[in-house]
Amino acid sequence: MSATTTAPAWNRVRQEPGWLARVFEIKIVLVLACLFPAVALLMTFLTYPLGLGIFLAFTDTTIGRSGQWVGLENFEYLLEDPLWWNAVFYSVFYTGVATFGKFALGLWLALLLNNNLPLKSLLRAIILLPWIVPTVLSAIAFWWIYDPQFSIISYLAVDVLGVRTTNIDFLGSAWPARWSLIAANIWRGIPFVAISLLAGLQTISPSLYEAALLDGSTGWQRFRYITFPMLLPILAIVMTFSIIFTFTDFQLVYAITRGGPVNSTHLLATLAFQRGIPGGQLGEGAAIAVSMIPFLVFATLFSYFGLARRKWQQGEGND
Amino acid sequence: MATVDIRNVMKAFGAVKVLHGVSVDIADGEFVVLVGPSGCGKSTLLRMLAGLENITAGEIAIGPRVVNNVPPKDRDIAMVFQNYALYPHMTVFENMAFSMKLAKAPREVMEAEVGRAAKILGLEALLQRYPRQLSGGQRQRVAMGRAIVRNPQVFLFDEPLSNLDAKLRVQMRAEIKELHQRLKVTTVYVTHDQIEAMTMADKIVVMNSGNVEQAGPPLELYDRPTNLFVAGFIGSPAMNLVKGGVGGGGFTAEGGAVLPLPEGASGKAGVYGIRPEHIQLRPDGIPATVVLVEPTGSETQVIARIGETSLTCAFRERVSARPGETIHIMPEMGLVHLFEAGSGRRLAA
Repeated sequence: MSATTTAPAWNRVRQEPGWLARVFEIKIVLVLACLFPAVALLMTFLTYPLGLGIFLAFTDTTIGRSGQWVGLENFEYLLEDPLWWNAVFYSVFYTGVATFGKFALGLWLALLLNNNLPLKSLLRAIILLPWIVPTVLSAIAFWWIYDPQFSIISYLAVDVLGVRTTNIDFLGSAWPARWSLIAANIWRGIPFVAISLLAGLQTISPSLYEAALLDGSTGWQRFRYITFPMLLPILAIVMTFSIIFTFTDFQLVYAITRGGPVNSTHLLATLAFQRGIPGGQLGEGAAIAVSMIPFLVFATLFSYFGLARRKWQQGEGND
Repeated sequence: MATVDIRNVMKAFGAVKVLHGVSVDIADGEFVVLVGPSGCGKSTLLRMLAGLENITAGEIAIGPRVVNNVPPKDRDIAMVFQNYALYPHMTVFENMAFSMKLAKAPREVMEAEVGRAAKILGLEALLQRYPRQLSGGQRQRVAMGRAIVRNPQVFLFDEPLSNLDAKLRVQMRAEIKELHQRLKVTTVYVTHDQIEAMTMADKIVVMNSGNVEQAGPPLELYDRPTNLFVAGFIGSPAMNLVKGGVGGGGFTAEGGAVLPLPEGASGKAGVYGIRPEHIQLRPDGIPATVVLVEPTGSETQVIARIGETSLTCAFRERVSARPGETIHIMPEMGLVHLFEAGSGRRLAA
């Protein structure tokens, strides 16, 4: 140990915290300081508009004239309004059919992607595309696809395949327009469902499938008894989100049909906008928007309590 | 119950060969342990036996039937997985009855069969619990129960104890062995733990990089390892293997130490092997410097150095030596193993 040289002597300086650091040492100050930005943003952009919307629903405000408190009058009026009932019907129908379609196709796609495919990551990226594209852009693309004159589907059916003699009228009458919008919504919604369910599928241990294979299961039985029950909790959460997004959909319908023809494709959101902004009846529009809340609460409670928690997920142990 | 014949089986994943022609004969009712370091192909072999991996070349027969192209469910085997693979959304009862449920067995049959297996394993009180609510050892038992319920020809175990703590492992080891003695079903058991292999097996198959190094009863592998790999793998603490050559009145190690040779030893010996427990303390022994002393209570392990050569010794008696002191040690002459330098093969001694 003779080779070591002695280090020059120095005194360890004790760092004195500045006044700012001392203030942040007080826990309550730190908590308030950290919470403030988030709370301020939420209050400004979420709580205030929501509160204002609910308040407006109980007034007869129109654009340019501040209204008076009218109590439940707007809602009483809506109950007698065939357009509102029409929008309620189509919102429920649209949500039900589109959710079913999205989950059937999305689950199927997720099961396919869960296999070992060549170019797996490229395929996954491609599948996400419809979701990445801004809704309005894809709505305009669908508008073209559904165009009475230039529709590519009509072109294929009439000129290429020759199975029809006339162009298809996608958006000109009520039911074809309703189904066309649902198809567009399914196309847009599949990626979200497929990717979320794929993430769920990948948490299922492969050895469970091997054990089931040795237990003598068929492919369908493995899906029925292993995949599906284990996917159910994630399925419930994804479904809750999907129902909320679909029920409150606005962009797709507004960009493609604007609620027409003859108000047949109005969702509650588009009807609320139509009444409130172009129609100027802010109070009534707000009442339509508020009338969505019970439906959403019901859908959320249903999927949360009906599907989400299972007894086998509870209990001791974290592994 | 059935015999299992593995005949010259090969396995390749693409261009990577993992098994190079493995042959193992397993008698009816035998408990065979496949043991080897990780990556040696033992789990792959077990999975091929189960039908979870296909067989690149060679044959596997269970009983008289070649099963190369028989799907797993028709092979009449049951497997216990390393992570148990219990279905988390089913109760213990449902887990154990799952194979019967798939086969549409009546409820009474399920209850009788599960009840029988639960009784053997002491699981009666846990049948309505979910896997999450069980301890590691209980899950292990449920996994075995699921296998027992199947009444298979062959039990397969894939490192079943590696997720348990040391104490439970020893306990479950005894339970599995006892279970085998009661049921007398042919069992193939994979582990990387040579103590598990030694204590449980009727026959051990030591594997290394896709080949069988040696197969035989545990004590034969311990007493007469056929090559350096088996010599170093079986036994704990591991055998001392000293490189050098015959000459200078004994075996001269590379560091210069001279170790005594048994009579009639081959002059070709290139590696001198002696197990730690076969080195004795003798006043007339070779002087050695103590480097490290590890008392375990039942024995004392000492690492001692003769010249440049380190030897691990395990003495039954208490040794009071301290590092730096000199002790006198002597290998037991009848228990010295000599190996050829290049091939690593055992030389008849």
